[in-house]
Amino acid sequence: MDNMQKQELASLTLTQAAGLLAKGEASSSELTKLMLDRIAASNNNAYITVNAEAMAAAEAADARRREGGSLSPVDGLPMALKDNFCVRGMKTTCASRMLENFVPPYTATVAEKLADAGTVLLGKVNMDEFAAGNATDTSYFGPTKNPRDPKRVAGGSSGGSAAAVAEDTAYFTMGSDTGGSVRQPAAFCGVVGLKPTYGRVSRYGVVAFASSLDQVGPLNKTVEDCALTLSLIAGRDPRDASSLPNPVPDYLAGLKGAEGLKGLRVGVPKEYMGPGIQAEIRENVKKLIADLQTAGAIVEECSLPQLEYALSAYYVISSAEFSSNLGRFDGVKYGYRAKSYDGYDDMLRRTRSEAFGDEVKRRILLGTYTLSAGYFDAYYLRAQKARTLIMEDFRRAFSQYDILLTPTTPVTAWPLGTAFEDPSKVYAMDLCTVSVNVAGLPAISLPWGTDREGMPVGVQLIGPTLSEDRILQAAHGVEALSLHNYGEGRGQKGGGVHV
Amino acid sequence: MSDYKAVIGLEVHAELDTASKIYCGCTTAFGGEENTHVCPVCLGLPGALPLLNEKVVEFCIKAGLALNCKINNYSRQDRKHYFYPDLPKSFQTSQLDLPICYDGYLDIEVNGQTKRIGITRIHIEEDAGKLIHGLTGTRVDYNRGATGLIEIVSEPDLSSPEEVYAYMETLRQVLLYTGVSNCKMEEGSLRCDVNVSIHKEGEPFGVRTEMKNINSLSAAKAATAYEIKRQKQVLEEGGSLFQATLRWDDAKGINYVMRVKEHADEYYYFPEPDIMPIVISPEKVEAIRATLPELPKARQQRYKEQYGLSDYDANILTVSKALSDLFDQAVAECQGPAKACANFIMGDITRLLNEEALQPEEVPFGGKELAELANLASQGAISSSAASKVVEMLFQPEFAGKGPKAIVEEQNLGQVSDQGAIKAMCQQVIDANPKIVEDYRGGKKQAISALVGQVMKASKGKANPAMANQLLEELLGS
Amino acid sequence: MEITKETVLKVAGLAKLDLTEAEALRLAHEMGKIVEFADKLSEMDLEGVMPTTHAVKMENVFRDDEMQPSYPREEILANGPERDEACFVVPKVVE
Ligand SMILES: [Mg+2]
Ligand SMILES: [Zn+2]
Repeated sequence: MDNMQKQELASLTLTQAAGLLAKGEASSSELTKLMLDRIAASNNNAYITVNAEAMAAAEAADARRREGGSLSPVDGLPMALKDNFCVRGMKTTCASRMLENFVPPYTATVAEKLADAGTVLLGKVNMDEFAAGNATDTSYFGPTKNPRDPKRVAGGSSGGSAAAVAEDTAYFTMGSDTGGSVRQPAAFCGVVGLKPTYGRVSRYGVVAFASSLDQVGPLNKTVEDCALTLSLIAGRDPRDASSLPNPVPDYLAGLKGAEGLKGLRVGVPKEYMGPGIQAEIRENVKKLIADLQTAGAIVEECSLPQLEYALSAYYVISSAEFSSNLGRFDGVKYGYRAKSYDGYDDMLRRTRSEAFGDEVKRRILLGTYTLSAGYFDAYYLRAQKARTLIMEDFRRAFSQYDILLTPTTPVTAWPLGTAFEDPSKVYAMDLCTVSVNVAGLPAISLPWGTDREGMPVGVQLIGPTLSEDRILQAAHGVEALSLHNYGEGRGQKGGGVHV
Repeated sequence: MSDYKAVIGLEVHAELDTASKIYCGCTTAFGGEENTHVCPVCLGLPGALPLLNEKVVEFCIKAGLALNCKINNYSRQDRKHYFYPDLPKSFQTSQLDLPICYDGYLDIEVNGQTKRIGITRIHIEEDAGKLIHGLTGTRVDYNRGATGLIEIVSEPDLSSPEEVYAYMETLRQVLLYTGVSNCKMEEGSLRCDVNVSIHKEGEPFGVRTEMKNINSLSAAKAATAYEIKRQKQVLEEGGSLFQATLRWDDAKGINYVMRVKEHADEYYYFPEPDIMPIVISPEKVEAIRATLPELPKARQQRYKEQYGLSDYDANILTVSKALSDLFDQAVAECQGPAKACANFIMGDITRLLNEEALQPEEVPFGGKELAELANLASQGAISSSAASKVVEMLFQPEFAGKGPKAIVEEQNLGQVSDQGAIKAMCQQVIDANPKIVEDYRGGKKQAISALVGQVMKASKGKANPAMANQLLEELLGS
Repeated sequence: MEITKETVLKVAGLAKLDLTEAEALRLAHEMGKIVEFADKLSEMDLEGVMPTTHAVKMENVFRDDEMQPSYPREEILANGPERDEACFVVPKVVE
């Protein structure tokens, strides 16, 4: 196999690769070896841990296939998990010094489901420390570089997940999304990222950031791959009380390309098209609106006035839950413990101070502050009430529109090492994504052209609760338009043409 | 200066008698090798999620109904944060403002007076692990961690150590009767925190101190008495009290200041996002109410009215639900007076339980056997000493499965009520004991009991003592 | 709302984080900015609005009271920074 062939093989979509395996034109061992070699050769720092058992798993998948006992269409396809998914016997670091050597004795439900489908775990990918961040630059193991321009951030917190898909070192990856952590890096790296409805995919075994906002989601090369991946992981998990019992539809069945856009009622919230959004991104979205109309969709500007408060509510709720969830890291049962200390309390304080990075500390402090006596009503309780109003806004919008269209991010990937003057400016970068988590809704981000410097622009489609099938269908249509416009998608990456 | 009045409130923690812990399937069995009843959920491993045990909710409702509480139709769990090595998640999953039960009461009796003690609330929460203090370090065992608890908070309606004792005793009985907790205080299944303040009539309440984790009834009483006395002494000496948490040392009979509270505790509670709200329908409440057993108060009343038992007997019989159940079963099958059954329970059975260090639940026979025994005794077919022997044998494994009748026959314990035979024995005893006979005839009437004893001895305990007494009197010509 | 260095230090104490004076000063400034942002919530009219604690409307999600095997002790203790054969070990905690 020459390098050209290797590159071609690596850039296949999940669906295409599954087709090759089915026809016997490639083996899991071949694909896995190819991915492992590429991981070793990559300089993007997408991976934290490479699975030493990956080749053995690939060989087992090949053996199953030879004997006609494949577990699923994706049996044998190599993928990676964000490093906050617990896998029994494999390090789960959360990109923190705190868990540098933590080896969980149990496996996340999603990791189990993917293993049951026969997929090959290549390893664990980089992220912001404990998922607190949006650039994968708070990782204890160093930042992940954006494969589209290694001088830029990959986005975060699932930056490693997005980069691995973009650099073709995994056919798909899993991430987690608390305020945009799947969609934003997907947008920055030019891949597809889905945040399902809260409760649609099990959170069991995924290290929590903010329990009432966290949701697991896949990062893929195409919308079709995304639908396929979601069907592997969605569904009720008796180990997660927030897991929804509703049956899982056939996500692939509704994908009809641009055909699926006919008659689709699309709302474009003006709150996410304001001056806070980079002009080029707004231009791209306007182009999409025109294309959608041409394709037969009904697109209108709309307004969700409470969205203005989503960011505030999000940071209050997420920091509060974050500080609570991170109390367990006390140097007693697992994880880092300071080397020298004087008594229990000193051990506790030194352990936490030495092992947590700045951003994690900042959010713990913020969360503790907003929950502390005297401030609970002003912050946490108000944020929960704001949440009610934000959800009502969305409900009203969805009585008029099938989906909402927004940019995924206000800007494209910024240069690595950018120093923001204050953290609230960095937090404001999550403007378009957090409201979706606050309301527990599903949303997808997919590439739609680039900016002037060739950096990918992502657009976000938001749907009502449990409308994953609908937003996948709409996204499939948008993807077809993108392919037509920019010649991008379906794994054929190239210099996108900017508008 | 004895005009201080004590104001006392109790927070009682009862470990629930469920098979598994509150959020995971680990066993709640007491003991076991350290850290062998532990899983990712109760160890608080990152990513592990709690799943609420429905039985915990039902037990809380049941306890609440037995304590005359109202049941919140919408309830939820909250996180209570503090750092301590026995608390693996660094928050205790508890309940703050929407407890399952609220606004109930418990009637207690002290010195023949009934007093109603308000129950503010009952909520569910998880227990902590166990710390084992060594010389250089503290070892942590999470076996007990995340066992389901109910916390029963009383109004500050108690005013003396005796009331504290009575409250704890009565509460313990109710919990045992409802079966929600085994209340084994020696295993820490029932513990209380005692809040004490004193003040003078008409003056505002005094500074409150709290004694934590007291685990016996007598310790609760002693600790309360000690603390009231200490507070009085401080005030009488012109000192001032400060809010503090105290630790009661039961062995030494004194308390220590654990920490002084300068400001209210910061637990930064907030609703537990990983546990869904608990919605309790009126139908559910009624279904649970229907499973409530007759409670000790009602039973005592019934024993007095139906069987003519004394207050004392009725109280003793209902201390343990197991013994009270045994009594009810026996009475149902017994032809003689209920009192006969009661006497066996309060006498021989209680004595043997103590001697064998057994729990009331461990009486190795049932009401049917007890009824049979009581019938034999009240018909005069066996003597009381023979009856005691039968009870002893019923406790022995080698007699397992044998009823009292069979034992009496097999062991030849039947009482001799044959006039002729006993009369002959009486004559022999009179002839052999001239000194006692002389005493009797000289006016020491009680000397006859010595002669009866001799007859019993001669008959190997089988003579009917009442008949022997009567025959001796006749023979001695009185 | 203005956040002072003292407030930061107090909160850090609750959260069991040690901060240097310089860190506390920097964080006071940064947290002030973030809290400003959170203060936006005070503009909202939330009279009579019920708080949402869970994004999905589910209730009474329970498990049955069934015992499941616990984990082997070696696995439970394996990640303990300090442990003996049966327990985790921490510096002596005085009551
Ligand atoms: Mg409590
Ligand atoms: Zn457990």
